[in-house]
Amino acid sequence: MLHIAVCIKQVPDSREMRIDPKTNTLIRQGAPAIVNYFDLRGLEAALQLKDEFGARVTVLTMGPPSADKAIKECIAMGADEGILVSDRGFAGADTLATSYVVGQTIDKAGEVWGPVDLVFCGKQTIDGDTGQVGPGVACRLDYEQLTYVEKVESFDPNTREIVVHRHLEDGVERVQAKLPALITALAEMNKPRRASLPGVLRAARYQPIVWTTNDFTDLDRSKIGLRGSPTVVGRSWVPEQKPVNTKILTGDTVNQVAEDLFTALFATELPGKLGWVQEG
Amino acid sequence: MAEERFDCVVVGGGPAGAAAAYTMAKAGLKVALIDRGEFPGAKNVFGGVLFRSQLEDLLPEFWKEAPLERLIVEERLMLLDEQGMVTLSHRNPGFADPPNSWSAMRAQFDAWFAGKAEKAGAVPVYQTTVTELLQEGDRVVGVRTDREDGDLYADIVIVADGVNSLLGKALGVHREWQPDEVSLGVKEIIHLPRNVIESRFNLEGNEGASIEFLGDTLGMTGLGFLYTNKESISIGVGIMVNDLQKARVKPYAVLDHVKQHPYIRKLIAGGEVEEYAAHLIPEGGFHSMPPLAGNGWMICGDAAQMVNAVNGEGTNLAVLSGRLAGETAILAHVRGDYSLGMLDHYNESIRASIVFKDLKKYSGIHGLLSGPERRVLFGKLPGVLNESISDYMSVNGITKEEKQKMLIHQLRDAAGGNVELLRLGLKGWRAINR
Repeated sequence: MLHIAVCIKQVPDSREMRIDPKTNTLIRQGAPAIVNYFDLRGLEAALQLKDEFGARVTVLTMGPPSADKAIKECIAMGADEGILVSDRGFAGADTLATSYVVGQTIDKAGEVWGPVDLVFCGKQTIDGDTGQVGPGVACRLDYEQLTYVEKVESFDPNTREIVVHRHLEDGVERVQAKLPALITALAEMNKPRRASLPGVLRAARYQPIVWTTNDFTDLDRSKIGLRGSPTVVGRSWVPEQKPVNTKILTGDTVNQVAEDLFTALFATELPGKLGWVQEG
Repeated sequence: MAEERFDCVVVGGGPAGAAAAYTMAKAGLKVALIDRGEFPGAKNVFGGVLFRSQLEDLLPEFWKEAPLERLIVEERLMLLDEQGMVTLSHRNPGFADPPNSWSAMRAQFDAWFAGKAEKAGAVPVYQTTVTELLQEGDRVVGVRTDREDGDLYADIVIVADGVNSLLGKALGVHREWQPDEVSLGVKEIIHLPRNVIESRFNLEGNEGASIEFLGDTLGMTGLGFLYTNKESISIGVGIMVNDLQKARVKPYAVLDHVKQHPYIRKLIAGGEVEEYAAHLIPEGGFHSMPPLAGNGWMICGDAAQMVNAVNGEGTNLAVLSGRLAGETAILAHVRGDYSLGMLDHYNESIRASIVFKDLKKYSGIHGLLSGPERRVLFGKLPGVLNESISDYMSVNGITKEEKQKMLIHQLRDAAGGNVELLRLGLKGWRAINR
């Protein structure tokens, strides 16, 4: 059977987060913990494939023990199993170390329930915003890498070919890939389902499978946690809000306002910069 | 439909529902606890204190681990007129040891309490709304939720869905509340530093104060409250809905007015409003209590109007009623009988408890608060009392004998004459002594 892994992260709800003006770091305290917005799209895509073709969906996350709540939410939606990779030794990981551990976890999940054919990740987390872990995992697993996917167009279980739409800055790219592959999901991909009542009941009793550093046989300890994280944050700051000169144009007629706007715009450097007028 | 059957489904994860679920789960019953909020307490609006009594019977020494704000060591009752106030205040070491009550953030407390039920084995079903009761003939056999495959069957359904009890209405035991049976509470949480709160209210460490005020509510029937939390103050008013309707005044306008009172203003000065909330408060009391059980169901807490408006008790009555319903369910489970005949045991336990006895004692309050006397009690009297006491305490050459006469005259005039004053006193006495 098709085996799909979904990588999720429990994040503080950034809509309810503030930045500490003294330390310039996020005040995570008080913000409710949710499953990363984009990861839920990945899970929904996996569940849609499961509904159509039949699949085993394994959810995995690396995080503190309290992340079991995030796993349970995914179980309620319809995931089959949830793995919580949790150990002091994994703490302090940057995206490099995280990709390594997630890759190892997918390998290990493959050993337990059969090789993983397809991996879904969110395009980025809403707390770190790097977007590096998905591609990093794909590299380590040597899977086809399909980032910024806004739509899964088709999947053929016989040929194991998947066709997706990648949303890029200058257009949409339609790509065909052969499994195994890793997809990072955009918000537009789908609308995550609301869990059914039997799903909620199952999740309420479900205990996530917890893997610690000791559960991995070939773990290179120099590549995990703080030791495996070369990233250094030199400085962080909150950009100062620049004062904006706002002028509201009031004219008697629409034409008058348009005229004033035209005059005001051409009094600035903007048309020159945009190449609307010859300079000099 | 969920294939699983439960011994009992509890609808509502507030104190009544959590107490019922905890009681049953601890006895080994298979219980589902449904709440529409993201977690129990998420939708709560609370203008009161949590009492030790009743909750302690269920969870001994709960205060050592429960999320509470401040231990109430001082209670004040203030009679306000527009500028002044007359205060009765009480503080006594024995009043807070053993603890009597705490201020609390119910979003935290309810989640903690429901967590106790979960740990005892109740299955949490949150962010789920019960849309209707499943009935077979005259029996309730389960609930329908707003989730896919959302029917859940159980031997007993305990309805604890709060003051607006949609399920109570579905059962036909709960009519739409009349405007004189409910008040509308509005509340703000105002942030203030810990040390400011402690110096303004004469507190140390974890001590807290609770203030209730009467009067200066723009002539309408209602009470105000102010509680100290760790780093904030909860301030609010509850005004009878019929008065709000008649005066065409928005409830927050009353709260804004009270916040401008010269004395209150200084208590909250410099604070930043963190939260604003509004909710209905059941005030009907004894006469508004519905039948409490039927075939396959029982109803508890606010949903059954179990609020003692005189003493500001509600959560404790909810906890007690939830526990009693849970204990009845355990008996019913043992006997395999879920009919009204069996569940009426809950009704009897309530009748033997303080819920029934206290509400019965105060059963005249509703009449007093909805009758014409309320104008005198909430409008005129606090003002006259303030004036009279000022006069009485001023040293201005008038003899004490004269002052005493004036005081009595002023009060008598406010009530509308000797007979009326006597009648008001008698009615007031009767209202709280049935």
